[in-house]
Amino acid sequence: MKDALLEVRDLRTVFETRAGRICAVDGVSVAVRRGECLGIVGESGSGKSVTFASVMGLVKAPGRIESGTIVFDGRDLRGLSPRQMRAVRGRDIAMTMQDALTALNPALSVGEQIAEVLEAHDETLPARGAARRKAIRKASIEMLGLVGIPSAETRLRQYPHEFSGGMRQRIMIAIALACRPKLLIADEPTTALDVTIQAQVLELISDIRAKLGMSVALITHDLGVVAEHCDRVMVMYAGQVVEEGPTTEVIGAPKHPYTQGLLASIPRPALRGQPIHPIEGQVPDLIGLAPQCRFYSRCTQRREACLAPVEMRAAGPAHNARCILIGGDEE
Amino acid sequence: MSLAAETPAASETILRRNLATFTGNRLAMLCALIVVLFVVMAVFAPWIAPHDPNETDLFRRLQPPGWMAGGEWSYVLGCDALGRDILSRIVYGARISIFIGIVVILVATTIGILAGLAAGYLRGWVDMLISRIVDILLGFPYLIFAIGLMAMMGPGLWNIIFALAYKEWVIPARVVRGETLVTRELEYVEAARALGASRGHIMLREILPNVLSPVIVVATIRMAHVIILEASLSFLGLGVQPPTASWGSMVADGRAFMLEAWWVSTFPGLAILFLVLAINVASQGLRDAFDPRFSE
Repeated sequence: MKDALLEVRDLRTVFETRAGRICAVDGVSVAVRRGECLGIVGESGSGKSVTFASVMGLVKAPGRIESGTIVFDGRDLRGLSPRQMRAVRGRDIAMTMQDALTALNPALSVGEQIAEVLEAHDETLPARGAARRKAIRKASIEMLGLVGIPSAETRLRQYPHEFSGGMRQRIMIAIALACRPKLLIADEPTTALDVTIQAQVLELISDIRAKLGMSVALITHDLGVVAEHCDRVMVMYAGQVVEEGPTTEVIGAPKHPYTQGLLASIPRPALRGQPIHPIEGQVPDLIGLAPQCRFYSRCTQRREACLAPVEMRAAGPAHNARCILIGGDEE
Repeated sequence: MSLAAETPAASETILRRNLATFTGNRLAMLCALIVVLFVVMAVFAPWIAPHDPNETDLFRRLQPPGWMAGGEWSYVLGCDALGRDILSRIVYGARISIFIGIVVILVATTIGILAGLAAGYLRGWVDMLISRIVDILLGFPYLIFAIGLMAMMGPGLWNIIFALAYKEWVIPARVVRGETLVTRELEYVEAARALGASRGHIMLREILPNVLSPVIVVATIRMAHVIILEASLSFLGLGVQPPTASWGSMVADGRAFMLEAWWVSTFPGLAILFLVLAINVASQGLRDAFDPRFSE
């Protein structure tokens, strides 16, 4: 894809466990363009987080990347040494963690934690001494101001337990953005927050994206969040991408039965009084999967042809889905 | 609870809050004060001791304490078999006990922290190696091995420190390893990795401050232990050599005259007792303050 900042092709990340081999990410291809916000949706265990942990080179043992290419800004990330990879993390690609309440170090002040990233990555700072400390302090105050934390000068000296949940999430975003990364991976940035704060944090990410011109990969299981904040969306199911395309198309005219099911299970005012339609069944066990369509067991439109491997099919100019019903080709 | 207690003042750390709990514990504070007094005594020994600790005077051989018949108030705790002032020797002996206690604990804690962090964070063969060394050293009887080492190396201040520190480090190492195993899985460590932090940075900057509290508690408890061990070695004649005053060797000196001159052994013995007791109670207070399970 042209103009892609991050391009992942056929990524396979496997976990060797005692119970067997789990293919948590199975042939996933993702592209994030410059300046865009890509939403990644899926249930727990669908492989969203592992996909981006693979991009960051942060897959924990016993997991490992088996195959695939990860190209970021023209560089092959899988070919980098651990040292080169450390330089990419935090400076070019930053990540915010799921749980803001535990993602800040309780023993260090907020100022120290912002300063650490700047120390590690910012080459525009003066080499050493008072000028450097001053520049770091100024940049830290600026970052806290950017994420909307009032009286930043005094707040820098405080410790994480002195902040509310929403503020900690903002601080984490400030830390992630301190070196103006080209890509922000926001892994469920709002799960630990209450609804009003969720809206504020997402608004903040959108604002900063516009201001800094960075790309955002927003991992979430909330389709409402995607509809409001993302340019494109990718739906994952059991380690595979099942549908991707522009947000309006995917939300407005979903092609994959799983996406349709997800949308149908959202309660909305227009359907007041009617029962909600959840997707029946469970996500399949990732150990020893048959080569059939992974959604087969839960699909309302399944047929015999679904027992063969299903590839992604074009459902529009930029809209793809992994379902044999697309294109009238039902065999 | 008042509102003030729930909303801590700006820049209050967990460490500082724990210390506040500690200073609220009167008995622990009293004992901490006693420890401080001993330290002051050791540091300012030349100004505090009424006499030269090594000055012999055979006319004062086994002179009783000041309040007994035949005693003199200028030699308040009496004199030993060579006529040396016992109080002065106790004051100087504090130097040896406290110096060895502090140095052994500092060396052992530093080694233990580094080994524990490396084992707990790096895992793999590093953990295997360090953990096996720790297991093996734990299998050695402490005092017997120290006696053997001293017999091999000969007496001397630095030899004692080595003989005690060689094994002492395994205790902080195990504590730090355990805490590190828990801490390394926390989100903020993952977050630091996602921000491009190096392994050394994560170990020393992200994990270490969060595992320090139990290490401080263990270090103080163990210091009392080390002081007793040093006294034991000196008692057995393997520690600091005469004429340098050491509490353990002073107790040993008095053994032969227990019936006629009980004061020669008793006062240095009491000094050991008070110092160790004070350190133990103070460290209990520290533990109560630092360990959330013990606070109300």
